[in-house]
Amino acid sequence: MSWALIPLTEEQRAIQQAARSFARAELAPHSVRWDRDASFDREVVGKLAALGFLGMMIPEEYDGQGLDTCTYLVALEEIAAVDASVAVLMSVHNSLPTQMILRWGSAEQKDRYLKGMARGELLGAFALSEPEAGSDAASLRAQATKDGDHYVLEGTKAWVSHGSMADVILCMARTDTPGERKGARGISTFILTPDMPGLHIGKKEDKMGLRGDPTVQLVLDGLRVPKANLLGEEGMGFVYAMQSLDNGRLGISAQAIGIARAALEHSVAYAAERKQFGKPIKEFQGVQFKLADMATRVTSSRALLYAAASAKDRGEPVTQFASMAKLQATETAMWVTTQAIQIFGGYGYVKEYPVERLFRDAKVTEIYEGTSEIQRIVIARELYARS
Amino acid sequence: MGGTIFLVNFFTMGAAPVKIAVCIKRVPEMDGAFKIAASGTAVDETGLKWDISDFDGYAVEAALQMTEKLGAGEVHVISLGPDVVQETLRKALSMGCARATHLKCDVVPFDPFAIASALAAELQGGGYDLVMFGKMSIDSANGAVGLMVADLLGMPMVHGCSKLDIAAGAGTARREIEGGGELVRFSLPAVVSIDEGIARPRYPSLKGIMAAKKKPMDVKPAQLGPVRLTVQKMDLPAARAAGRILGEGAAVVPELVRLLQQEAKVI
Ligand SMILES: Cc1cc2nc3c(=O)[nH]c(=O)nc-3n(C[C@H](O)[C@H](O)[C@H](O)COP(=O)(O)OP(=O)(O)OC[C@H]3O[C@@H](n4cnc5c(N)ncnc54)[C@H](O)[C@@H]3O)c2cc1C
Repeated sequence: MSWALIPLTEEQRAIQQAARSFARAELAPHSVRWDRDASFDREVVGKLAALGFLGMMIPEEYDGQGLDTCTYLVALEEIAAVDASVAVLMSVHNSLPTQMILRWGSAEQKDRYLKGMARGELLGAFALSEPEAGSDAASLRAQATKDGDHYVLEGTKAWVSHGSMADVILCMARTDTPGERKGARGISTFILTPDMPGLHIGKKEDKMGLRGDPTVQLVLDGLRVPKANLLGEEGMGFVYAMQSLDNGRLGISAQAIGIARAALEHSVAYAAERKQFGKPIKEFQGVQFKLADMATRVTSSRALLYAAASAKDRGEPVTQFASMAKLQATETAMWVTTQAIQIFGGYGYVKEYPVERLFRDAKVTEIYEGTSEIQRIVIARELYARS
Repeated sequence: MGGTIFLVNFFTMGAAPVKIAVCIKRVPEMDGAFKIAASGTAVDETGLKWDISDFDGYAVEAALQMTEKLGAGEVHVISLGPDVVQETLRKALSMGCARATHLKCDVVPFDPFAIASALAAELQGGGYDLVMFGKMSIDSANGAVGLMVADLLGMPMVHGCSKLDIAAGAGTARREIEGGGELVRFSLPAVVSIDEGIARPRYPSLKGIMAAKKKPMDVKPAQLGPVRLTVQKMDLPAARAAGRILGEGAAVVPELVRLLQQEAKVI
């Protein structure tokens, strides 16, 4: 419906249709169970991989699909509209670890990791946050110390999305020394694999929503990482992470729009069926106004997202726009899912109907890859950077 | 089934690669709500989503699997209709078909013979070993075009195959019939129509979608046969009558049984 605003190419339409029918047939029948049991089927990764959804923005020379950001977001929204947990997996993998290796990895690292990741054989994760370092990620404490041909890592990473299932984890740790702290410039990025001695999966979080994608702590206990697995330059890890989050935030926007759109579609259908006072509740202006506001916010979020993504595809700097898109889309997701529950009344409050899960899934989009407050800080900072 | 295996081996020992045509129709997705257009003789198409007709999708998948199993051969797709059918053809190309032919006409006539004539004109002399159809289109549900094409081409026809194998000069198929199945053998070239259960259509991969852009799509005017059959009027199913509540508890059971026997006549 609202897609008409953004003219898709024939190829994008075909990809949208493929993602939609895949999500309906392969994800939808399982989403309720994955949410209830906080379980996730590793087979889904294989299915996403077979269709090419895990290497969308990687050039063909590294076995990816070589598509642009807009096309990737079109597919991601379709997945998110059905299952937000699968969408976060797809978003993190495509936006963060793969893009980091593509931009800053050595030829050998690309050969060894990126190709497998683009084919979807290796699932990627991103470990920046720590128990004591969330919004203020630059204050992270995990320490990497040089030891011959290796770095030895000590510390705890927190909130790693699908960290327990990942084959390649891009992990930020300090390479400055206690005697000479360098703040954000004292952080480096390491490519970790689960076979490295000293890497342990810690606590799995029991979450409100997004329960199909396990979120875990990673314990780095004397973890020995070969020097060849340092990404790019020492001391640049925080810069790499922040620059990648521009991509990540566009992905999370698409995820949020998918959730919001699903809530809107369910609400439109329910309001036409549910009768009170002798007529479908959609006949009441009070309900119509809610639906109108929901649709308007979903459409404007999508319009901003595609404007930002197109700017990125043209090679323009998008830090501020990515933050705006994320802020708008994720707050829209929370607001729209809240309205959806209201439209469903008591039926919106129970697990038998789909909007309850959408509401729980929506909340985290306002938190991860930078909270709404952090997005506002980024946006405001850019306002003054220009003046 | 041993014979089938023998035939496949024989085939791969040196016959020419197999050439299959699959005729597909673009139809509305069936999970939407339908309205009748102002004309009263067609479905209102506004807001409908479209895709390959279900049985035709199975036929495309079965054709691709046969050529993959044989390790050689090509699947062509053909569709008749206005320009929008090219999107449906593109989807079949993205699944792995090699080339598409669009037989262009403004509206798809209801008369299966008009359609069959145009398809037969295209297929005639195309050198196809096998021409495949879905058992019926899920919108008009005539199930007649494939049979008529077979007749026009003078080829044997197996209607409603749930299994299919081809090899040098011959094919075998299974048909589900009331209370059982039957195995048939036929000579090639032949026409077959596909029932459900043969194969689940694959999803087009992103690589497939991108490759489809570069595959050939021939556009030709459809040489429709005479239209001797038209729809006069369409109805939606009558709305279901409201239920009746007789009361609560065991006391109303005798009355319920009486009504089910005498009024509803279901027990
Ligand atoms: C399900 C889930 C998955 C996640 N996946 C990943 C992952 O894969 N990789 C990863 O590295 N991290 C991940 N995270 C971590 C996520 O990015 C952090 O939770 C987020 O950055 C916030 O950090 P925090 O939780 O420590 O909150 P805090 O930073 O402690 O924030 C608490 C509150 O204070 C506010 N606040 C903080 N600073 C300011 C300020 N300067 N001005 C105004 N308000 C402020 C915040 O906005 C928030 O409202 C995930 C989190 C969740 C919940």
